[in-house]
Amino acid sequence: MAILTQEEAKRIIDKVLGYSKADEASAILTGGRTGNIRYARNTVSTSGESDNMSLVITSGFGKRSGSATINEFDDASLEKTVRRAEEIARLAPENPEYVSMLGPQKYLSTNTYAESTAKIDPEFRAQAAFESIEPCEKRKLTAAGYLEDSTGFTAIGNSKGLFGYNKETSVDFSITTRTADGTGSGYVVRDFNDVSKLSTKASTEIAMQKALASTGARALEPGKYTVILEPTAASDLMRTMFFNMDARSAEEGRSFLTRKGGGTRLGEKLFDERVTIYSDPTNAELPGTPFLGGGGGRRGGGGPGGGGPGGVDGRPQEKITWIENGVVKNMSYSRYWAEKKGVKAVPPAFGVIMQGGNQSLAELIKSTEKGILVTRFWYIRMVDPQTLLQTGLTRDGTFYIENGQIKFPVKNFRFNESPVIMLNNVEAMGKAMRTGGSLIPPMKIRDFTFSSLSDAV
Amino acid sequence: MQLSGMGLSALVMPSMVNWSDGTVPVRGNTVSPEQLLEPGADVALKKKLADIALNSAKSRGATYTDVRIGRYLQQYLFTRENKVQNITNAESYGVGIRVIANGTWGFAATSDVTPDAVAKCAATAVAIAKANSKLQKEPVELAPQKGVGEVSWKTPLTKNAFEIPVREKIDLLMKVNGEAMKNGAGFVTSNLFFINEQKYFASTDGSYIDQDIHRIWPTFTVTAVDQRAGKFKTRDAFSAPMGMGYEYLDGLASEKIAGPNGLVGYRNSYDMVEDAILAAKQAKEKLTAKSVQPGKYDLVLDPNHLGLTIHESVGHPTELDRVLGYEANYAGTSFATLDKWKTKNFNYGSKLVNIIADKTQPNSLGLVGYDDEGVPAKQWNLIKDGILVNYQAIRDQAKILGEKESNGCCYADNWDSVQFQRMPNVSLQPGSQKLSVQDMIKGVEKGIYIVGRGSYSIDQQRYNFQFGGQVFYEIKNGELAGALNDVAYQSNTQEFWNSCAQICDKDDYRLFGSFFDGKGQPSQVSAVSHGSSTTRFNGVNVINTGRNI
Repeated sequence: MAILTQEEAKRIIDKVLGYSKADEASAILTGGRTGNIRYARNTVSTSGESDNMSLVITSGFGKRSGSATINEFDDASLEKTVRRAEEIARLAPENPEYVSMLGPQKYLSTNTYAESTAKIDPEFRAQAAFESIEPCEKRKLTAAGYLEDSTGFTAIGNSKGLFGYNKETSVDFSITTRTADGTGSGYVVRDFNDVSKLSTKASTEIAMQKALASTGARALEPGKYTVILEPTAASDLMRTMFFNMDARSAEEGRSFLTRKGGGTRLGEKLFDERVTIYSDPTNAELPGTPFLGGGGGRRGGGGPGGGGPGGVDGRPQEKITWIENGVVKNMSYSRYWAEKKGVKAVPPAFGVIMQGGNQSLAELIKSTEKGILVTRFWYIRMVDPQTLLQTGLTRDGTFYIENGQIKFPVKNFRFNESPVIMLNNVEAMGKAMRTGGSLIPPMKIRDFTFSSLSDAV
Repeated sequence: MQLSGMGLSALVMPSMVNWSDGTVPVRGNTVSPEQLLEPGADVALKKKLADIALNSAKSRGATYTDVRIGRYLQQYLFTRENKVQNITNAESYGVGIRVIANGTWGFAATSDVTPDAVAKCAATAVAIAKANSKLQKEPVELAPQKGVGEVSWKTPLTKNAFEIPVREKIDLLMKVNGEAMKNGAGFVTSNLFFINEQKYFASTDGSYIDQDIHRIWPTFTVTAVDQRAGKFKTRDAFSAPMGMGYEYLDGLASEKIAGPNGLVGYRNSYDMVEDAILAAKQAKEKLTAKSVQPGKYDLVLDPNHLGLTIHESVGHPTELDRVLGYEANYAGTSFATLDKWKTKNFNYGSKLVNIIADKTQPNSLGLVGYDDEGVPAKQWNLIKDGILVNYQAIRDQAKILGEKESNGCCYADNWDSVQFQRMPNVSLQPGSQKLSVQDMIKGVEKGIYIVGRGSYSIDQQRYNFQFGGQVFYEIKNGELAGALNDVAYQSNTQEFWNSCAQICDKDDYRLFGSFFDGKGQPSQVSAVSHGSSTTRFNGVNVINTGRNI
């Protein structure tokens, strides 16, 4: 398996940096294994596993930079790739926003690796699928699910002496169960670093209950309702907001955090005073990579980035409060923009934690006179980036609550709502739980806008 | 679309890859532009390796095997204003082997394209098939496909985009950005995406197919800002991603269609600079445009907008794997169920609605010689005179429809991804009567003319949808009456297509495309075109999306 120790990884990175003739150079070494199993119609449809290790070398000359990747680690291949990165850099156009690489950094100790997840093998995955399919079959329900696990490492280093190493494991599981006649559907999604916290059987039981309870849904008139959003629904709706906390966009006048007349809304109270949102890589339930980037073994991406391939520039991740008692406390900065503005280059939010209350979901329901319980939102898309207005639909279990009790299932709704407006209409919050890489409480929200009905189940 | 450059974690959603976090899918190793021009492995060598895999799998008990030796090349350029932000050159090379053993699929892939590794990979695929067969409930049955022998196919292009110097591409984007800024843009980002799939396919049916497939997508987003009011508006490019070479960027006058209000429709040739100038003016115009009064309107939808509505409300619901439940945990299922299809009179739309699936359409993203299971490209009807008549099926699904052959729409986005049913080009046929956009607008009393791809959302069974656009013009008594803001329309798929009242003729026909359409777990992308002429839909519900925060 392609998991190198810190010493092994450092040896390769040091060797590569030793070959460099550029003004500065960095190396990102990632490796790992990812496996998955997918099932539908109560039978396994696909499964697979793959190993990979790859090294990205970035060379810089003045304000020009270039990158090259390699999967072979003999000396000749490494040196050839360093030369190639240098060649690409020399021919690259100057980037006026190029920022020189960071020097040595101090990283927090975080706990992103679990041996239990690293040990997952094809038999484990097949058993996990079996424990999900079997109870569904017994109740004449149809299961469709997916489990994906990954174990990997990331090592970063540069010619200015920066070095970081992190090992990480993750497991993602989702299950949809449907009744045979297609009139009921339930869903559960879970993500952990440590697979021993996951029971596909227990998760499937919840999805089954929702599927069975959601048959015979009645149509309610669209309009404004008090809703109780389960953490998955709430998290998915707020995700775009977390991605739009960038200071530069706001200062350029094109963000929900842009202030009328110029500047940003940093320091303004934009939300209900109970809203406090932060990120903290040392959180035990939601540990994060100690530096910007990481997640070895996962598929890569490309984009405008800056500072390094895909934005991996080695900045330390620390506890950052984004919103405190409803007030915007921090925004994220690229290193270029921070330098220009003379402020700290706060990296973007990863692993968002929203402070909740102590109530359980059941207690939130109990205290609700009239409302709608939402399991999940689907196909959420931005309608207006100015206000973060989004649209989407409820899915896989939507229920009407009256006098503190779930009365009956209701047909799915389309909503048009902004998380900014929603977080001003908070009635109550329950205990936060991990979902989709965030820690989010269930929330009771008043005046949530449902704009039409859907026949979808 | 927004490329905000924020972070790594891609939230891949069905139907389109969400790249609001600035991440687009890149596969393989970062290389130099010159390496992208190096020739791949020789065909004779690929045949030899493929035969090793076929024999290895057969000797271990496979009853069917296909081998895909693939070299996938990508070149992506990202700029903003007067700066190049990133240039990505990537290459991914390897082999994927799919087998049937004990009536069950097995798949394995390796980047080690050597005889020993390929033989071992084939053995792994058989072992996986045998292991999974214990949980198998429906043994795989493939529709027959006669071997086509040793053949090759290439995207018919005149300018290979990978041979055009990077400098020339940067100069184009800098000109696009410069002209947008000169014409009132506060900000502009522009991008070029080029993809080349060099795929070799071999199967135990006796096919050895060598294909060289090219795709291109030029695009931009122009932003206008009113700082005093704290407002901003954007306008995205009216280009379409195409199955073409760099010649798509020639901006030929003969391929332009003059529309109302200075709008230009681009057929098979795109003028990126001209479009950027218009975009800057339109983004500024949007800052002061009137907010729409919600209500029922007759909609006149331009092909560059309607393509996405076709994609979501016809393309996805007629995917047979969704209908059968294979995507239930992710993309969802479909309202277009087999029992509706079997009645032979399910009114998907009005009598004017003829929608075809097509893998042979020139210049389209779906155009290939053969699909990823060796089936020759073809064309077939999905909706005929408003009636649902067929689905999109691959070899192991054909029997469900009582068909004797596959529709040829199987695709994998890389050598290490397993191929599955993907959407072919799905297009609305033009009207048979001579009709221009201008003439169509003349007949509308109270309506909205919508151009460009905006916000889009549809439920998991494809009933209820909401679409926005890029530019909106009010139509009053047969005339355009100024720009509108905050427009989105909501409808139900069947109701919407039954409100289809008029379709412009073939002279207005253009392609729209989706370059990174997402489906499956783990998610794979594919590219697909949707052709149409401007079309009128009567009495559609329009909502106002303006809010204050």
